[in-house]
Amino acid sequence: MRRLPTPLIAGALIMLALLVCALAPDVVAPYDPIAFDYANLLQPPSGAHWFGTDQFGRDILSRTLAASTIDLQIAAFATLGPLVIGTVIGLLVGYVGGVTDMLFGRLVDLVVTFPFLVLVIAIVAVLGPGLSNMYIAVSIVGWVFYARLLRAEVLVLRQQDFVGACRVMGYGHLRIALRHILPNAARPIIVYWMTDMALAILLGSSLGYLGLGAQPPTAEWGVLIADGKNYFTQAWWITLFPGVALVLAGLGFSLIGDGLADLLDVKR
Amino acid sequence: MSGPVQQAVLEARGLGKSFAMRRGTLDLLRGRPGAVLHAVSDVDLVVSAGETLGIVGESGCGKSTLARMLVRLHEPDAGTLRFQGQDALALTGQDRRSYHRRVQMVFQDPYGSLNPRMRVGEALAEALSVHRVVPKTEIAARIATLLDMVHLPKDAAQRYPHEFSGGQRQRIGIARALSVEPAVIIADEPVSALDVSVQAQIVNLFMELQERLGLALVFITHDLRLVRHIAHRTAVMYLGRVVEQGPAQAMFAQPVHPYTQALLGAVPLVDVQHRARTSGQGVAALRGELPSPLDPPPGCPFHPRCPMAVERCRVERPVLKPAASGWPVACHLAPV
Amino acid sequence: MSDTLLQVRDLAVTFETRRGRVQAVSGVDLSVRAGEIVGLVGESGSGKSVTLRALTRLLHANARISGQVIWRGEDVLALPENRLRAIRGREIAMIFQEPMTALNPVLSIGRQIDENLVAHGSLDQAGRRRRALELLDMVGIASAAQRLENFPHEFSGGQRQRAMIAIALAAEPRLLLADEPTTALDVTIQDQILKLLMNLSTGLGMAMVLVTHDLGVVAQSCDRVCVMYAGRVVERGSVEQVFGRPRHAYTDALLRTMPGFGPSSHTEGAARARLVPIEGQPPRLDRPILGCAFAPRCTHASAQCEVRPEMVDDGSGHEAACFAADALVAV
Repeated sequence: MRRLPTPLIAGALIMLALLVCALAPDVVAPYDPIAFDYANLLQPPSGAHWFGTDQFGRDILSRTLAASTIDLQIAAFATLGPLVIGTVIGLLVGYVGGVTDMLFGRLVDLVVTFPFLVLVIAIVAVLGPGLSNMYIAVSIVGWVFYARLLRAEVLVLRQQDFVGACRVMGYGHLRIALRHILPNAARPIIVYWMTDMALAILLGSSLGYLGLGAQPPTAEWGVLIADGKNYFTQAWWITLFPGVALVLAGLGFSLIGDGLADLLDVKR
Repeated sequence: MSGPVQQAVLEARGLGKSFAMRRGTLDLLRGRPGAVLHAVSDVDLVVSAGETLGIVGESGCGKSTLARMLVRLHEPDAGTLRFQGQDALALTGQDRRSYHRRVQMVFQDPYGSLNPRMRVGEALAEALSVHRVVPKTEIAARIATLLDMVHLPKDAAQRYPHEFSGGQRQRIGIARALSVEPAVIIADEPVSALDVSVQAQIVNLFMELQERLGLALVFITHDLRLVRHIAHRTAVMYLGRVVEQGPAQAMFAQPVHPYTQALLGAVPLVDVQHRARTSGQGVAALRGELPSPLDPPPGCPFHPRCPMAVERCRVERPVLKPAASGWPVACHLAPV
Repeated sequence: MSDTLLQVRDLAVTFETRRGRVQAVSGVDLSVRAGEIVGLVGESGSGKSVTLRALTRLLHANARISGQVIWRGEDVLALPENRLRAIRGREIAMIFQEPMTALNPVLSIGRQIDENLVAHGSLDQAGRRRRALELLDMVGIASAAQRLENFPHEFSGGQRQRAMIAIALAAEPRLLLADEPTTALDVTIQDQILKLLMNLSTGLGMAMVLVTHDLGVVAQSCDRVCVMYAGRVVERGSVEQVFGRPRHAYTDALLRTMPGFGPSSHTEGAARARLVPIEGQPPRLDRPILGCAFAPRCTHASAQCEVRPEMVDDGSGHEAACFAADALVAV
């Protein structure tokens, strides 16, 4: 048994902590995240309110914890669609090659020339704000990046002798693609997936900030940061702590990505 | 002399393959035709059960493309390929699969030819079960037999390719090829990536397995010392064509084609009696570079480098035809 | 001897890797005389290339080199960097297996020769151009004037190797270190390059150390040979001595693995006979080797091989570190 890479363990610990918060925010959080408390408006961090309170006296710690539920959801759902669609198309295009590959190349050029965020915002604007529509919008655009990554791997692997050996063995295309090529091509997309989850949270936060993602009063880190911006000079804690949570989640995903890259690296 | 005289197992006639080279956008716009690489042209070859056919040549001579056509990794654009009398190029579906079962390949690169994420046992089990070589219950026992055949320990089945040395990996590749009980094995430079001491192990294994299983073996290599040792018959290729084909021993003792002669002359032998360093013999066996297969010379493809070339060689391409030596040679100057 | 150019004593190279210390080369003694070609032969991992690179300290930072490399009275291993640079290229030049990685792809061959001439000579521009043409001509590149303008990718493999040799020769080195210079080449081209190197060595009186895994290459082109195994020189002598009457069990076994070696090599009798392989694998170098490193694979091994044998000279300058030396010759 190989030793697990240190980044993977560190990342997994961060994610585990976040997951616990996300799954049972009521248990972990000291206060109701949406309960107003006019006696304690804009309190700085203290023993009673570790992260302070906002302009309505809501506990920032509880709100940050509650927001993790939504944000981890975004991380998962906003990347799952692109991952699955991108994997299928990337594998197909890379394996089949020829005209399919050429058409795919043009499509990629088309998508890549538009700024990602603008494209997503445009689609959300058409579909209407809200999380589900954001997932759809991200899936429509995001799969291209997975597919492009996988295609490049598959193109290289397809030339390898062990794939030739499979063909000489008379194996079917599906078997060669799924059992022999995909496991060897999966590493970069899995690593990218982890980074993408971190990016998805940022995207969700950006859209939340613009009012196109999670709708108030649902707590979401981007929304929390947006809420705090008007009070930043008097009450920096409203913005800071959700921001720290955001960074921490991003770090967790990146560490897991790094660790997985190490773990999945196969010796030749 | 030329090995067991038997019915041909694998027989190619006039096999040819060319590749269209990629054209630049400018050439496309100008409507220029793309360059065509004639990798293999008009190759005839026959191999029988228990026989080894050696194929030698330098880089760009088409030997690897030929190997890949024989196992149908490349589709030939000319010629016929017959396996036990049957047209192998017309096979589709299940028939094509059974062709693959009978004509197997061993690859050059011991590092690239095994799936790095599959244990040795898994890879062998896959081959055995896809082709239903043995009932499911006997797969484990068959894997043990196969590993034993190639002299690998039983516990090799549980290990991944990266845990083995280059020579051991070639044994795994051979075991995989043998798993489906082929009649023919095409070995494309199977030992050129290995150290000499390990080369000998693998060459011996090929010879041992061939005799035991009656395999027809097509052994492709750039190493004349090896092919002379292992082959019953040998074809020498130059720029996609066979220039001489005959019984290995007789042909290497008295090569007819100037290229075969030069090739033999260029091999550095471990022979302390005849050393270039002490004999003061500072002249290379062959002058000039290998021509590009994209732009082969007219006439005999070898004429620019040939020390004996005459006017006819520059204009007319010699065909492979029987010579006085008793085997076919493609040279205008070969005594008939 | 007075005409000894290079004298290596007790050279050792260790690499500090993440998985521990690797003893790549140990106890290597080597001498090169003016004008001679010394072969350094062994299989992969034998330390032959590392030895060659250690001679001019061309190794990665994680390498520790010890011992002495005496180049015309100076210890290369103790020289300051600027003095070493003056020796490298000017007095000792090097050529590699893959010229494409050693040549600069964005500079024309002419520029690269010129650079070397500027760095190590005192010729004016016209003189340098004349010299560059002369060099290309010397290594057998036709229409030199045009070829000077060409870039490395416009040359074929064999010509690239010729061009690299021309660059190496620019400063008229007294010693050429050649690391598998023909391994990537086709046999007819290899033959041309070897003959070229031999002719240059004779014509210019240039000494050469030739690293190769191919016994045939050594047999054809070298004067003396050192056989390496597991980081040590196990046998040393003239090519006739070492290949004619090997005194080390490894050399003997290696020669026997060659197809077509032996008395019957030129007759039909050798056909389809089994080769004589060396069973097993070379030892790992990341743990100490006790006794003779070859003993586990050796058919002549006995109890005394548990202690590493010293190099013994048979009186004719033919040295081997093998207890079975006399038995091998007696057969």
